[in-house]
Amino acid sequence: MASLKALKIRIGSVKSTQKITKAMKMVAAAKLRRAQEAAIAARPYASRLEKVMASLAAKVTVGESGPKLLAGTGRDQVHLLIVATSERGLAGAFNSNIVRAARRKAEELENAGKTVKIYLAGKKGRVIKRFYPTQVVVDHEMSHIKTVSFADAKAITDDVIARYEAGEFDVAHLFYARFQSALVQEPIGRQIIPVALPANDAAVVDDGGAAVEYEPDEESILADLLPRNIAIQIFGALLENAASEQGSRMTAMDNATRNAGDMIQKLSIQYNRTRQAAITTELVEIISGAEAL
Amino acid sequence: MLHFELVTPEKLVRSEEVHMVVVPGTEGDFGVLEGHAPVMSTIRDGAIQIYRTDKGEPELLAIEGGFAEVNAGGLTVLAERVG
Repeated sequence: MASLKALKIRIGSVKSTQKITKAMKMVAAAKLRRAQEAAIAARPYASRLEKVMASLAAKVTVGESGPKLLAGTGRDQVHLLIVATSERGLAGAFNSNIVRAARRKAEELENAGKTVKIYLAGKKGRVIKRFYPTQVVVDHEMSHIKTVSFADAKAITDDVIARYEAGEFDVAHLFYARFQSALVQEPIGRQIIPVALPANDAAVVDDGGAAVEYEPDEESILADLLPRNIAIQIFGALLENAASEQGSRMTAMDNATRNAGDMIQKLSIQYNRTRQAAITTELVEIISGAEAL
Repeated sequence: MLHFELVTPEKLVRSEEVHMVVVPGTEGDFGVLEGHAPVMSTIRDGAIQIYRTDKGEPELLAIEGGFAEVNAGGLTVLAERVG
């Protein structure tokens, strides 16, 4: 049985841990709201761009000579996995879920005889180096970023596209966690290069029958929009990730606070029992001493 | 009135009814009034001019990297950066 003093110290330490987890939970809740707002604010651009891409895709036939981002390199050998994680831990299984999804894909590709390269965006993805020490080609520094801006996503996109143009890889996949609710964040992987155009059927939107004039022409507009489309997809992923991270942390810290509460209760009971036992023993000693006289 | 929307990846900057907007297209500026024929054009970095009324000074907004679409619903400008 632990001594009274040891129990008291332990209760104190669990209490201060609980204070920290409670504070972290509340901070995460506040940040989650902001991250969600940012994710919602980014939607109009994404949906409009997608609409435009769809209506363009319906008009342009993609041949071998088409833009490389759309037509692909003609090979399917080297795959780049872009793994977007957070910069901080203590967010439950958030980061490990994304890393696990990426590792599963990497394994699958390697079993199929493909070459896998890994692009890390976020510090917490670095655990993947343990499994693929030589294949991590870039470890993109993001620790200075407080709230994700489009410029940050653009920086990653420019880097990725430059590598694509240089022939470093043929297909790129993006891994992040889609935000569903504060409780549920689903890790997903998606192919972003070559660009998959939205389905053509949905594309026949309200042209109103009028002939649309293109300046300069369909092909060059499409070529201009493709990198933008990739950038917006990466930006969207980063925003979703930010919201997911906070949601995951909030849930994890809520659990931690509750567990600390349970633990304090158990320890208090143990403390009180021990104290009671000590008092009883002391009384018994006094009484039996008095009787002996 | 022309329905005009200016959107950046971060947010919807403008969504309002205006008289005319002059867009700095890659192949030259073009003004868009109500009932303009459908156009899709890329944009060069420059200032977009927004005329709220027939007469009066235009409001200037610097935009970077973008794309404009005119359809039956009005004018939509997608820009990477505004301001």
